Amino acid sequence: MSQPAGDEIVQFDNVGLRYGTDREVLRNLSFTLFPGSFYFLTGASGAGKTSLLRLLYLAQRPSRGAIRMFGADAITLPRERLPMLRRRIGVVFQDFRLVSHLSAFDNVALPLRVAGANERDLRKPVTDMLEWVGLADRMDARPATLSGGEQQRVAIARAVIARPQMLVADEPSGNVDPEMAVKLLRLFEALNGLGTTVVVATHDVHLLQKVPDSLIMRLNKGQLGDPTGALKFPPARDASPVRPARPSA
Amino acid sequence: MSPIELLETRITGVVRAVTGAGEQELVPQSRLSGPMPWVIAIMVTMTVIAMAAGLALRNTVVSAQAGLEGGITVQIVEPRAGERQAQSKAALERLRALPGVTGARLVPQDELDRLIEPWLGSDGGSASTMAIPVPALIDVQLAEQASEARVGQIRAALAKVAPAARVDAQSGWLEPVYDAIASLQWLAIALVLLLALALAAAVLMAARSALGTNRETIEIVHLLGGTDAQIAKVFQRSMGVDAIGGGVVGFALAVVVILFLGRHFAGLGAGMVESGALGWNDWLLLAMVPVAAALLAMLTARLTVMHALRKML
Ligand SMILES: Nc1ncnc2c1ncn2[C@@H]1O[C@H](COP(=O)(O)OP(=O)(O)OP(=O)(O)O)[C@@H](O)[C@H]1O
Ligand SMILES: [Mg+2]
Repeated sequence: MSQPAGDEIVQFDNVGLRYGTDREVLRNLSFTLFPGSFYFLTGASGAGKTSLLRLLYLAQRPSRGAIRMFGADAITLPRERLPMLRRRIGVVFQDFRLVSHLSAFDNVALPLRVAGANERDLRKPVTDMLEWVGLADRMDARPATLSGGEQQRVAIARAVIARPQMLVADEPSGNVDPEMAVKLLRLFEALNGLGTTVVVATHDVHLLQKVPDSLIMRLNKGQLGDPTGALKFPPARDASPVRPARPSA
Repeated sequence: MSPIELLETRITGVVRAVTGAGEQELVPQSRLSGPMPWVIAIMVTMTVIAMAAGLALRNTVVSAQAGLEGGITVQIVEPRAGERQAQSKAALERLRALPGVTGARLVPQDELDRLIEPWLGSDGGSASTMAIPVPALIDVQLAEQASEARVGQIRAALAKVAPAARVDAQSGWLEPVYDAIASLQWLAIALVLLLALALAAAVLMAARSALGTNRETIEIVHLLGGTDAQIAKVFQRSMGVDAIGGGVVGFALAVVVILFLGRHFAGLGAGMVESGALGWNDWLLLAMVPVAAALLAMLTARLTVMHALRKML
């Protein structure tokens, strides 16, 4: 292949995924994500957005195809080297996945602790981050005592606290009011401005227009359309806005 | 706060100090297993008591056998009191001069009286003055086992100085008693093995249930980039603290029971019980039970978590 080496942060080549012996839920995915770009992943419910994101945050290996992440072959990489890769990725899970017996503070502090940060050094960033998402007064609350939207904001704070190289967010505005949704989007943009590659899965089409420089990936029954043409390697950001989906098989 | 919880707070501090001073925790200690420390405590109590019983029985058998194996009884069967005394004295001197004899003791008259009292009654007066002549008894201790050949040698040596001497090895008459004790000892060993097995099963179940209730946490930390070793350590430590808490409580309970029983047996005044008393090495062995339970718990927790993690990518 003739794409520029080392520039891309993620590269999928003809990737397919099936759960068990079922039909493939993702088919022939070939795309490249570049550092510092902002991507939206859209598609109907059941189109495979979460499945694709699971491949991105290394929770799942594909059934076929090749994936390179951060310059490493994610398929053949030995298992014990995956944690280091995962620490460079921030994830907002669709179902939040907060640790139920930990306070909001401890949940947000978790990625820093996993990375071995000093207890003294993490107090301020965690507090600041919780303040930013409007939860300064709920820092000691357990997830079960938080509303859906509050839990989501804790999950987002946890995803961005360690300044990941790539942020993967699955429906991050599903449970918040439009005003908060825009505010959270600003947080992602700010992180993006610092060089983080952002991938946001959403079916909220209004959100897409809120980030002017964003690139859109559209999943349709497990296959990827590329309306902005941004996913071809080499990237064609200036190409015509709507392009046919990549050929299948 | 229950006593175990109180204890565990202390233990957590100690364990943390031992495994890495001031080291922060990935996921703060949470009470993992609820009733499990109590189950472990009960299992440890029963195991320790059964083991103590087994050790006491073994000590009894060992010390009794040591006494019997080197023991010989010499009877001077002579009706005339004067002659009997003279021969006893001569035999005693001859015996003490023999190589391989570590002790020879003429059983005193009052002891002899007490020995025969059940058969002849006390109203007959002292054995020395009784109409029925009672042989004089000499207890002999040998350095080694009282074999047939050895008994023959002594018999020959005494033949000249005390023709009325009758020499017998002591082993034999108590044999059935010690056989019974030995079989009891086997029973104790079997019990200890069964209880240890149940203890291991309890620990295994505790680790499994801890894993079950914390699977979500394990998965999350895993996806946030936690290594297998980091995650296993958290659960290993929690299980260890639970097991040590249960183990200490269980061991303390067992010690109370053992000391209480020991006092009551000592009240019987039987020499056999004293010889069955637990030595410091026995107590050391008993103390290994809670330690082994804690180590087993930590190892099980580690293996269970590692196994679950290896199934994740
Ligand atoms: N663990 C699984 N085992 C089997 N099938 C699965 C599993 N997870 C997802 N699927 C199937 O894969 C397909 C894609 O699911 P996925 O969750 O990726 O969709 P989605 O685009 O995220 O949907 P939504 O917008 O509702 O979140 C669905 O048909 C779903 O039933
Ligand atoms: Mg989804």
